[in-house]
Amino acid sequence: MKPFEYIRAEGIDEAGTAAAGGATLIAGGTNLLDLMKLQVAAPGTLVDIGHVPGLGDIEETAEGLRIGALVTNSALAADPRVRKGWPVLSRAILSGASGQIRNRATTAGNLLQRTRCPYFQDPASPCNKREPGSGCPAKGGVSRMTAILGTSENCIAAHPSDMAVAMTLLEAEAEIRAAAGTVRHLPLGDLYRVPGDQPDEETTLQPGEIITAVHVPHVPAGSVQAYRKVRDRASYAFALVSVAGIVRMEEGRMAEARLAFGGVGTKPWHDAEADALLTGRRPSEALFGEAAQLVLAGARTEEGNAFKVPLLSRTMKAVLRELTGAAPASPGTDRTEAYA
Amino acid sequence: MTVNFRMDAPQPRLLDQTGQGVIHKPLDRPEGPLKVSGRATYAAETHLPGMAHGVLVTASIARGHVEAIDDSAAHELEGYLGCWNGERFLRNPAQGMAGAAPVQPGDRVDFRGQPIAVVVAETFETARDAARRLRILYSEEDAVTDPAEAEFETKEDADAARAVAEALETAAHRIDATYTTASHAAAAMEPHASIAEWNGDQLTLRSALQMLRFNALELADAMGLERGQVRILSPYVGGGFGSKLGLGPEAVAASMAARDLGRPVRVAMTRQQVFETVLRRSETVQRLRLAADSGGRLTALAHDNRQFQLLGEGFAEPVPQASRFLYAGAARSYRQDLGRMHRTPSGSVRAPGEAVGQLAMEAAMDELADAVGLDPVELRLRNIPDAHPGTGTRFSAHGLEACLIDGAARFGWDRRAGPRARQEGDWLIGMGMAGAARPNMLVPSEARVTLAGDRATVETDMTDIGTGSYAILSQIAAEMLGLPAENVTARLGDTDLPGASGSGGSFGAGSSGSSVFLAAKDLRGQIAALMGAAEDGLTLKDGLARAGNVEKRLADLIAEPIAATAKIEKGEMAKETHQSGYGAHFCEVAVHALTGEIRVRRFEGTFAAGRILNEKTARSQCIGGIVWGIGAALTEELVHDARTGQPVTRDLASYHVPAHADVPQIGVTFLQERDDAANPIQAKGVGELGISGAGAAVLNAVANATGVRLRDYPATPDRVIAALAAAGL
Repeated sequence: MKPFEYIRAEGIDEAGTAAAGGATLIAGGTNLLDLMKLQVAAPGTLVDIGHVPGLGDIEETAEGLRIGALVTNSALAADPRVRKGWPVLSRAILSGASGQIRNRATTAGNLLQRTRCPYFQDPASPCNKREPGSGCPAKGGVSRMTAILGTSENCIAAHPSDMAVAMTLLEAEAEIRAAAGTVRHLPLGDLYRVPGDQPDEETTLQPGEIITAVHVPHVPAGSVQAYRKVRDRASYAFALVSVAGIVRMEEGRMAEARLAFGGVGTKPWHDAEADALLTGRRPSEALFGEAAQLVLAGARTEEGNAFKVPLLSRTMKAVLRELTGAAPASPGTDRTEAYA
Repeated sequence: MTVNFRMDAPQPRLLDQTGQGVIHKPLDRPEGPLKVSGRATYAAETHLPGMAHGVLVTASIARGHVEAIDDSAAHELEGYLGCWNGERFLRNPAQGMAGAAPVQPGDRVDFRGQPIAVVVAETFETARDAARRLRILYSEEDAVTDPAEAEFETKEDADAARAVAEALETAAHRIDATYTTASHAAAAMEPHASIAEWNGDQLTLRSALQMLRFNALELADAMGLERGQVRILSPYVGGGFGSKLGLGPEAVAASMAARDLGRPVRVAMTRQQVFETVLRRSETVQRLRLAADSGGRLTALAHDNRQFQLLGEGFAEPVPQASRFLYAGAARSYRQDLGRMHRTPSGSVRAPGEAVGQLAMEAAMDELADAVGLDPVELRLRNIPDAHPGTGTRFSAHGLEACLIDGAARFGWDRRAGPRARQEGDWLIGMGMAGAARPNMLVPSEARVTLAGDRATVETDMTDIGTGSYAILSQIAAEMLGLPAENVTARLGDTDLPGASGSGGSFGAGSSGSSVFLAAKDLRGQIAALMGAAEDGLTLKDGLARAGNVEKRLADLIAEPIAATAKIEKGEMAKETHQSGYGAHFCEVAVHALTGEIRVRRFEGTFAAGRILNEKTARSQCIGGIVWGIGAALTEELVHDARTGQPVTRDLASYHVPAHADVPQIGVTFLQERDDAANPIQAKGVGELGISGAGAAVLNAVANATGVRLRDYPATPDRVIAALAAAGL
């Protein structure tokens, strides 16, 4: 581990100034410290925002919820308002990491966590995200956990967050504070960049900008939500694919339908065309298949991740059947309940 | 004087005649409170004055030579102490029971991840930074890193193969199926670590090792020392599973640096290095051919395997080990193709042989049951041999039939429906079963027991790798000496103590337990003499000695401490009988018809393994074994990049051992059994028995749930949906 300077910020101004000067923010540290130990990340200065006041609350607003940047994943998933009004968010968070990690991990930190692509995490391997121009061994290599949507020749790393998939589904916005003190709101879909030819640039955040909160709007009354994560073991594994969905049924039709996807994209994935296809229609297996085809139309696969095409299609079907009442919710075999 | 004992004849069941009643009891581990309160010092946890910290540097090429190591950038760091490599450096850990140094390759590199140097600094963090700053100049050579390009060394008995082929041709029923299993890592919680400390030319090593008697020889050989110059301490080991059988590269690296620096040096592997460097279980390809008559009686069995190993390593996974004797059948053949590859070498990982061999064998038996139209339990019952089917050797205590019957009843096997007959929502429900076997062994082991008043001490260099050695060795001495278990203290994990079998091959409890039994038995003779009575007239219970009408407190009787040392080794019984633990697994799974996820919902295992010394620790061993079976069947896969040979799943987030949510309540039942041929305590190994066949029970349940047979393991969702889709589902 490279020696680094540590600043404990007492206020947001101090944190913003340090960040603008090139310091790396740390809160829970559940991802950053791992990367520092591996020397994938070697920041010269860490500014700890974990004690900055005013970032740790969940507040009800006219539009929905304002979730402070430092709210822990555990606290957010357990919040009674979230569980009642935005259960997909609770479900998504609880399907990620472990209890210990969720106790430390924060809302904004979760959004900004780095990919778990094995080549990114091994400094002895080339990686365009870690060392631009060095190459991408995931292509043609072990690509099981990589993305099939939003990829480029330079990078196929998947975005690892479950929470961000649910927030994308919920059309959440990040509240972003610039070092100068100005505040802007940015839909999550615009926060993340696809890799293109700059896979090291993962977000549209500007130097010195700090995510101070996430705003989650109310969901349509009478809608049903689901988060389904398929992975290599029942807990503590990243998604092979995940599907977040929200549907409101009206007279046998999907009056409103929206989906978001994890494990398949270089960023939390949303496909407006698929939502549009489903909306207003009667649910049917054929329609679900059509929607899957739309989502997967742009998929580019490797030998190791080609299974994600049928797996996402099948998982979409399972989730839509559940959301539209065509199939019962998962019985006791779905252990997510046990941790909620 | 040492009592030397050879297991040449069945021994009386003395532990059934003693009266203390602590043997077999589910007693807590005496060291448990130390472990859960952080006071048990594991290898890396001793803080010696002046200790420096080392970090291993591993090769980033698969084959070639290290031409030069430039550490000039490391010298810029405050606290950097230097970099060591050279002719004593170990390429990889020693294989189990080697007793000599493993390959010391000098500047040659044979696999990616091979330790090539150690960097030492005043702090661990500085050492890690320094390790990253080294500039290593390699000359690279072509390497075979893709299994498809490996060259194979074949072992096959041509006559046996011909006999099987002939039997297959005329059989009423036959199965010919090929299964693949993934490479596995032991993935012990405690990373491999060593602290080396020199006192003159005496070397003390604190390390995480399983077999100290052998490890001391390996260390002496590696460092060019006499055996008497080395002492190894390994009182607590945070999981071994075979990965700590042999001395590791970090031990020699620490010893070299500590000698030159004149101060203690600690070297702990990072989690990633454990996955790169420590011996793994090879991936296998297994072809099973079974022939049976119309009644399902086996007439031939061929269990062929293909596996991989680095050149220069002698170990090969004994894939068909249990297939050789578990079921009947006159014609039998076992071909082995060993492919040479420049990847991390393979070695013993818990239940070498059965862990993957029975995964395939018991799946093939399930396929045969389908083909014959027999219940899988009945098929196995019809194929229990009367004697070893290959050698004709008689079996010692043989509990397979009883386990099958008990397990089936306990589980409710009669409620099993036909394939794809049960569904709950989108989940397909199925039941499966498998047999289990793991051969029993006796390895030379020595122990000393000292009785001072009514308190006893057991001393042996046996290790406790989380298995319960402290508990059972104390219990055996307590039972024999008529003392409460808490009056006995076990001192383990120190090569200054009498040399034990070590922990491996499931032989630790039977071997080291027998040496403690024999030493305590000698003490009973000494006590009888003090009582002026014959040994068989002596009763010891609750600290009291009784003989005839005389009763004395041991606290009064044993005025001066008395001691006995005993050593056991195998004898005629190992030739006259074939000894094995047996078991049966029963399992219910749910398979999601769309996503291919598999959830194990119920699991019952029944085992017969001779005398159970501590019902709690033995039960934990079997539960752990079954969890390993679930992992091999469903989740665990050590993945390498075929282009470079680099392990890609190098941490516990990507190498998927089962999580709690993958493991249901597991029922474990032990049948009452004594194996008089095994050893004088009538106990057989349980450390690996639970794995044998456990994964096959899961996969057989998957076949019952879905009507589709998966033959490539682990059965992750991608493989499940591919199989479902191929069947039009």
